[in-house]
Amino acid sequence: MTRHGRGKVFANAIDALTDFESGMTVMSGGFGLCGIPENSIDAIAAMPVKDLTVISNNIGNSGRGLVKLLRNRQIKNAVCSYVGGNPDLEQQMLADEVHVTLVPQGTFSERIRAAGLGIRAFYTPTGAGTMVAEGKEVRVFDKPCVLELPLHADFAIIKAQRGDVFGNLWFKEAARNFSPLMAMAAKVTVVEVEELVPMGEIPAEDVHLPGIFVQRIYQGKNYRNDIEILKEAP
Amino acid sequence: MTTSARAQWTREEMLREVIALFHPGCSVNLGIGLPTMIPELMPPDLDIFIQSENGVLGVSGRPAKGEASPTLINAGKETITIRKGASFFDSALSFGMIRGGHIDFCVLGGMEVDSEGSLANWIVPGQKITGMGGAMDLVHGAKQVIVVMTHFNKSGDPKLREKCALPLTGMNCVDLVVTELGIFAPRGGKFSVKKLAPGVSIDALKLSASLLRTEESSGKFPY
Repeated sequence: MTRHGRGKVFANAIDALTDFESGMTVMSGGFGLCGIPENSIDAIAAMPVKDLTVISNNIGNSGRGLVKLLRNRQIKNAVCSYVGGNPDLEQQMLADEVHVTLVPQGTFSERIRAAGLGIRAFYTPTGAGTMVAEGKEVRVFDKPCVLELPLHADFAIIKAQRGDVFGNLWFKEAARNFSPLMAMAAKVTVVEVEELVPMGEIPAEDVHLPGIFVQRIYQGKNYRNDIEILKEAP
Repeated sequence: MTTSARAQWTREEMLREVIALFHPGCSVNLGIGLPTMIPELMPPDLDIFIQSENGVLGVSGRPAKGEASPTLINAGKETITIRKGASFFDSALSFGMIRGGHIDFCVLGGMEVDSEGSLANWIVPGQKITGMGGAMDLVHGAKQVIVVMTHFNKSGDPKLREKCALPLTGMNCVDLVVTELGIFAPRGGKFSVKKLAPGVSIDALKLSASLLRTEESSGKFPY
């Protein structure tokens, strides 16, 4: 999925997403607005693509991030763990314009991880005896556990602070969240970075995600890095 | 009836009862709502590691004015700082840390807890849906799951019930419930009364005798 002869480095979001199409499944990294792929989201919002299945913890927040795709009516299905703080999604969910699948956050993470790492299914106690277990196989080990399946995607769009031309990534502080997992789970992972560096610039010991999981990388620009809820010491 | 006429703990006192259970060096995950007030009430010399499920172990306090980092937040999406010895990790590792039994305490809010230790705290049918977030994972795996909630709902009925009426967050998962009236351990169809707030009588709990187990508490944790 890289372009032969040119390596993994792309000029910008539009260049890296040219073959992104309607009906595709896309994972987007970020917790709330922390660590979201701002440039790739803007690029998809400007593309004539619709009927997307979006897998992301919050599907945007406070009117920002993936909310742009919601407002453009580009999203058909949303898979997430939390919709609080996202009135656009709540409203489209109630109006039946977006089909929302709520997944417990740990199961959500693990299903994405499983997809990337070749695990076909796993049993977890999370959700046993709740609505989440409805229609799923439940097996008792030390306690009842629910059988959960991997979550795959056509594309993952993620953001890292620093990345090299091979796709080795380094994330800043708590911005890592779902991003490395999603990078492993998608057929094509498009990474935007604040700093695109030559190979060797990120010490091998400090690589958070090995570049083997990354197909495309570009230098992002104009980052807002919004703070959602500012709390300061008195 | 005014609250001042009734003996009970304040919210702060309820949280201090929870903090009293923590031991030095322990790890704690704090749910959204009442439990988020715990760090402010914690004695400064209590050396603990607060985990935030978005991928932080070692949450400290709030950043100084003008020093907040957009990439340094807790699971409530609020800006934070970290302590010495803190670490960052991805969400799968974070929930593995929880589910795998490595976190000592998980403190959550609740809507209902029943006599088998099942918890309901994520959805009220017919009301606005927010999603369960990490709550369903958090209740399975932490060594002690503690629910902090008011004793009564808005209709005046106890939120400690024989069976939860609301959709469950987790089955048989709660170790301890702290309300303004006391501390209770749900187990085997009954609530053991571990402690009552000063001046609170058993009658004030408004729980049927068949739901209560009132053996003497050792006063020591674990109960």
